[in-house]
Amino acid sequence: MSIYDKLFPPKTITLANGKTVQKKRTRMPLVILILAALTALSVKVTGFNMHTLVSRINEFFVILGQMFSAPNWSYMPKVWGPLFDTIQMSLLGSVAGAILVVPFAMLASTNVIKNNVVVTVMRLFLSIVRTLPTLVAALIATYIFGLGTLAGTIAIAVFTFAYMGKILYEEIETVDMGAFEAMEAMGATKVRAFVSAIVPQVLPSYLSNGLFCFEGNVRYAAILGYVGAGGLGLILNEKIGWREYPSVGMILIALFVTVFIIETISRAVRRRLV
Amino acid sequence: MKERIEQAYENRPKRWLFELSVTLVVVFLLIWSASGIETSGTTQNGGKIAMNILSGIFHPDTKLLFNLTTKGVPYLLLETICIAFLGTIVGAIISIPLAFLSASNLTPKPVAFVGRTIIMAVRTIPAFVYGLMFIRVTGPGAFTGLLTMSLCSVGMVSKMYIEAIEDLDTKVLESLDAAGCTTWQKIRYGILPQLMPNFASTAIYRFDINLRDATVLGLVGAGGIGAPLIFAMNAYRWNEAGAILAGLIVLVLIVEWISTKIRVKLARG
Repeated sequence: MSIYDKLFPPKTITLANGKTVQKKRTRMPLVILILAALTALSVKVTGFNMHTLVSRINEFFVILGQMFSAPNWSYMPKVWGPLFDTIQMSLLGSVAGAILVVPFAMLASTNVIKNNVVVTVMRLFLSIVRTLPTLVAALIATYIFGLGTLAGTIAIAVFTFAYMGKILYEEIETVDMGAFEAMEAMGATKVRAFVSAIVPQVLPSYLSNGLFCFEGNVRYAAILGYVGAGGLGLILNEKIGWREYPSVGMILIALFVTVFIIETISRAVRRRLV
Repeated sequence: MKERIEQAYENRPKRWLFELSVTLVVVFLLIWSASGIETSGTTQNGGKIAMNILSGIFHPDTKLLFNLTTKGVPYLLLETICIAFLGTIVGAIISIPLAFLSASNLTPKPVAFVGRTIIMAVRTIPAFVYGLMFIRVTGPGAFTGLLTMSLCSVGMVSKMYIEAIEDLDTKVLESLDAAGCTTWQKIRYGILPQLMPNFASTAIYRFDINLRDATVLGLVGAGGIGAPLIFAMNAYRWNEAGAILAGLIVLVLIVEWISTKIRVKLARG
């Protein structure tokens, strides 16, 4: 019985057959109170001002109009290069991250590794990698590997690694362990049993999640250029800086079409996988 | 017995052509993408820089980390939480009508298609572009960050809301109809109980992501912890960057732990 139930005792209902049941009071008022308090605090800290928003929001649509009312089609030939860079970065980064994470995910699954210390350390490691903002990873990569698409590829690999790691070990923990145990009993090593008994079970969802991650990465890769890690972000940043909004609109349309095509293909493939 | 096994093994579906072509396509794509990877020449002292970064991150600037003024890490984190929180709330509220309009089981197909395309377009534009656009509206500061976060949230949250709405169990509504309920009663007892846990869970999940993505806002001067972090990194002040990153990582881990607890509770009812 929690404190809340003591303050607001449950309602007792007598049923037609004489039995009594207790209905707990709803938690809704408490939730609403907390949300309202947090909202009030946030409004104060962020300086939310409805007046400014209403009076100046048309500026936003002015820029939006400049971007998309007449996109600069003649700029398109210069977009292809960075666009393909972005796709290449995200493809290679996704594949590298997704492959590298497999042994780590295996070590982080409680049903494969019985040693609690190893599992905890691995999970903590994956969590910390996951909290590392992609942008920070990209910035560090540009310092170490120089400006260019290599840094972006590595940042995307790190992001994919973190994202896939968690999903993969959760997936591994829900597989049927019968085959794995049988193989271990027959004298197979852990790795051999993992490859033969667990991989076939998790492979479809692993591929599906990998494709999903790749879709997202194409979008993410567009940001990375901002810190000099190559791709669309580079020219996007440049054109916004020069206030050439029609060119910005062209870049965004190209990105949108690309993402749309990739999502359509990947959705079709994923439907067949799962 | 053994022969029958071998016979069955011989008769297994032969898909080598399909598998070969998939492998070829994947290998071709990988080679193509590897060919595009370039760098401005790896600097010789890359290893040294990496060591500096690591040592800075493991020796964070404790003065900054426990500084309680508006320049210190705790206040910056608070500001980031506030931006992410209010951004999520505003985004989640805007998403509700948008999602109902774009759910293909409620609205006519063309309307739903247009709605989905708009949502996808919103999702595609990178956050910093929104940030730069909103700076023209409200000037640099946390308010811009809040608006950017809201718009970015709309893209993903409404997509997940649509999925939740399309999964609605309509049998419940039919039985409520049969029991003679009014439209409002149907919404209150048939639709809300199905959608609320899902919507809340999505919003909490998005809050997690917003907190993590808040560093992007710093790039364009839209408030939060991103700007000091990027400045510190650009100036090679790794102790400061380490202090900010340490604060951010601890915060994200705590929030993730809490939000997972709440979402598990919501999922189990």
